[in-house]
Amino acid sequence: MPGVPKAVRVAVVGVTDRALNKSSLCYRNRCIKQRLITRRILFRILVITLSTLGVLVPLLAAVLPEDRADVLYHSYDGGGIEVTGPSILWRKMIGKYNSVMANYYIDAISSASIDVITSASPYSEHRTEKSVGLTSINEATTMNLAYTTSSENDYDAQSAHIGFSHDLFGDLTTVSLGYSRGWDEVGKSGDPTFAEDADRQNYRLGFSQILTKNSLIGLDFETITDEGFLNNPYRSVRYLDATSALGYSYEPEVYPRTRTSNAVAIRALYYLPYRAAIRGEYRLYTDTWDINAQTFGLGYTHPLEKDWILDFRYRYYTQTHADFYSDLFPFQQSQNFLARDKELSSFNDQTIGIGISYEFSPQNPTFIDKGSLSLNYDHIRFDYDDFRDLTVVTAPGQEPAYSFSADTVQFFLSIWY
Amino acid sequence: MKYKILFVAIIGLQLTACSAEPWVKPYERAHFADPIMSFSRDPVAAAYTNHVYQAREGARGAESSQGGGCGCN
Repeated sequence: MPGVPKAVRVAVVGVTDRALNKSSLCYRNRCIKQRLITRRILFRILVITLSTLGVLVPLLAAVLPEDRADVLYHSYDGGGIEVTGPSILWRKMIGKYNSVMANYYIDAISSASIDVITSASPYSEHRTEKSVGLTSINEATTMNLAYTTSSENDYDAQSAHIGFSHDLFGDLTTVSLGYSRGWDEVGKSGDPTFAEDADRQNYRLGFSQILTKNSLIGLDFETITDEGFLNNPYRSVRYLDATSALGYSYEPEVYPRTRTSNAVAIRALYYLPYRAAIRGEYRLYTDTWDINAQTFGLGYTHPLEKDWILDFRYRYYTQTHADFYSDLFPFQQSQNFLARDKELSSFNDQTIGIGISYEFSPQNPTFIDKGSLSLNYDHIRFDYDDFRDLTVVTAPGQEPAYSFSADTVQFFLSIWY
Repeated sequence: MKYKILFVAIIGLQLTACSAEPWVKPYERAHFADPIMSFSRDPVAAAYTNHVYQAREGARGAESSQGGGCGCN
């Protein structure tokens, strides 16, 4: 077994010999034969399983993430919603085989969105998210552990994550597995008696493959299951009501208490001959609410001289509506599940973005290896097919389809040490 | 017999793959060490971008980096 470490070779050969030697007893005793057959089958299943998981392959070198700190300011402005805040990400190696991370993130939200101004009141709130994580390597295997909490005045969430990745085939292939579990507690402002839960589980499988010395592809699958209270307690649907002056009235949304989604994405990166990179992405999505979506993305990264990097990106997203979504229901409680959340409608959005980054190597303080200042700007256009703009007063169902644009800005300082 | 064939095939695949020369040699992978050859060069920015889309689109999962939290509306 060339290429296999000696200890692994001895273990495999020893176990195999013992299993084969015991098989000779089968001719003398039928019971022993049955037990041995069972053991051999179990042994084969074990070896096949270990082999498939890559446990018996030679162990190769994985790499820990770089020691790095980022301080980011983010801003989103569109559709009557403004969200700003900082994000601070810190990562540090502990010894040779472990790296720890911490992230502190805030969304300061001011909302007067179309949903809010047509059926509720504008509001402001804060969401604070804190994460800690540990990355450990053992030769070619990397393990990730993370724990995240998110807190708003009416919504608390916790999630835990465990993931493994393993380099195979001379480090040309990386296989990764991940599992996350989340526990959400949903409240409602002004109603202290309202308390609901939602549990979430994510299962992720990923492959990345070096194809040539200039190209890399990635393939990711993710299944997410949700169970519990999954709708927004403030949102309403509208239904035709001849007794109302507008011709329609509102009632609360009712969502199913379970949802399972599957997403598969393929990504590719190509290094161009003149030190630049081009990347592409396609994602296919489907779920048990009958939402089907596709995402296409293209990006181009172009370094300028030695200190500047320019990024250009385009993204297109389209989805069909959930099977219990309607902009206007024919009458009150016309079906078991009711939604008029525009995120569940049929729509598409397009993003055009640009980024610029400047790298520097400060002489002082000496513990900083290098740093960079980056600015990202993205313009997103949302066009809805069956979510109507109720700020235009006309006959119910005749309002124009809603659309809006949003701008996001990210400005961040990164240092490597 | 079927187990033997499967056993030999999988072990053979593993060992062949392990002992075979990788078609892209380690000294040919310099481009992959360049920061521009990354699906998400800046984790803090990628997490924020995913969060923006997760809060406004119905689809979720299989992003290039993990986002998180609710941040609805």
